[in-house]
Amino acid sequence: MTEELDEGKFAQVAAGASHVTPYPHVEFSHADVKSQVAGGVTQAVSLTVNGTERRLDVDTRATLLDMLREQLMLFGTKKGCDHGQCGACTVHVNGRRINSCLTLGVMHDGDEITTIEGLADGDELHPMQAAFVEHDAFQCGYCTPGQIMSATALLTEPCGSSDDDIRECMSGNICRCGAYPNILEAVKSLRGARRPAR
Amino acid sequence: MIPFEYAKARSEIEALERGAGPRAAFIAGGTTLIDLMKLDVMRPTALVDINNLPLDKIEVLPDRGLRVGAMVRNSDFAHHDVVVKRFPVLSQALLSGASPQLRNMATTGGNLMQRTRCYYFRDTVYACNKRQPGSGCAAIDGFNRIHAVLGGSDQCIATHPSDMAVALVALDALVHIKGPGGERKIPAGEFHLLPGNTPHLETVVQPGELITYVMIPSSPFAEHSAYVKLRDRASYEFALASAGAALELKGQRIQSARLVLGGVATKPWRSREAEKVLTGATADEKTFQAAAEAALKSATPRRYNAFKIDLAKRAIIRALNNATQAKPGGHS
Repeated sequence: MTEELDEGKFAQVAAGASHVTPYPHVEFSHADVKSQVAGGVTQAVSLTVNGTERRLDVDTRATLLDMLREQLMLFGTKKGCDHGQCGACTVHVNGRRINSCLTLGVMHDGDEITTIEGLADGDELHPMQAAFVEHDAFQCGYCTPGQIMSATALLTEPCGSSDDDIRECMSGNICRCGAYPNILEAVKSLRGARRPAR
Repeated sequence: MIPFEYAKARSEIEALERGAGPRAAFIAGGTTLIDLMKLDVMRPTALVDINNLPLDKIEVLPDRGLRVGAMVRNSDFAHHDVVVKRFPVLSQALLSGASPQLRNMATTGGNLMQRTRCYYFRDTVYACNKRQPGSGCAAIDGFNRIHAVLGGSDQCIATHPSDMAVALVALDALVHIKGPGGERKIPAGEFHLLPGNTPHLETVVQPGELITYVMIPSSPFAEHSAYVKLRDRASYEFALASAGAALELKGQRIQSARLVLGGVATKPWRSREAEKVLTGATADEKTFQAAAEAALKSATPRRYNAFKIDLAKRAIIRALNNATQAKPGGHS
């Protein structure tokens, strides 16, 4: 039997109320989530996420994306397509941008992961985040963490200097809202500027 | 995804030992394997992670050829100084593929092993002789817009999607494979198999074998080379038609040539017919058009992909023009 779900609670969550959980009948345990599906193989993995060492037990089938969101509760990285076709799941692994949906959590023992949550320094926005705000480089915001992670990585990659070069280097991140022109401006505003320290 | 055991190999020996297990698969970048495991198209029960193997170097050899480790990431391969300057078709092909994020994970070996994007193959609800021998081919009488006009059979018309492989075939590359029985090397042009009556067999790699290196010889046609890729979007999309062209030029005369097609065939499609037209001819529009005609003469259009024939010809002509105008990058 399913419980009746309270519509009022959904509205509160949509408005950003953090004290209401939308699924009261499901219990999350956090860092020590075991294999949720029968038959899965669980394995330990130790990795550094946003500067903090984490040790987890994870189903071998869990992608890095799933592990970040469901076990580490880092919801900033988004699942857009889950098949490497949109870039919403972009994170940095050992300083390189990759799609976290097409790699397994267990593959990253000993690695350093940076997610969107790891860019800001406390309350001080990373320059790329500030540039996205200043240049209005998002509407719904769903692709935005991936865009920012890609844009930040681009600054230290061999990418040509023209607008078309930047578009090409950002082509792995899709935006249904069409914020591309402003994303381009945000990236351009940081190129040629002093490279951010991180 | 079905459950699987996972282990990270610490040496080639360990990788080969673990890879010999039943239903074991090597995982490198994972960009094809995990994609298809999520769709239950590939169902290994043991993954052997080969990311720690010391196969991630690009070495320039004394004879000016290149030895490229199987674990070199596509992005590093594409941006390598020597590749950009002396093998431009290869750098251009690599950079035309996927996205920066995917290129940072994808490897030389994995790129060769990637599977078709045929949506009937990717969806287990459909008949697919590649996925399930004998079950039929949903594409032949289906929506076959992205499928092959060359190299198909009545059992399979799935296009091979790799750009890198087209360039490697054009450059006479050799693929080194290691298995329990020893080592062997296969010309890139023979690495992929035609579907014929066995579409489930795609490459010469046997279960448990590991690609270790790709050797690219120095050649007189590599520097005047180019890759042209045509598709529905400007980027981040597989080819509808592509061409890798390489020319050895003496003034305006073509001494030797390589011409390989992508996006239109069941494997990277070297056109000796086009090369015959090009060899000894003047590098001009008339020659290029004749080469393009020769390359597509035996093409078999399907209901929804006849446009590929003309598109491929144009890709060939553009690639030949670009190759002629390529400026050699000098010595490394």
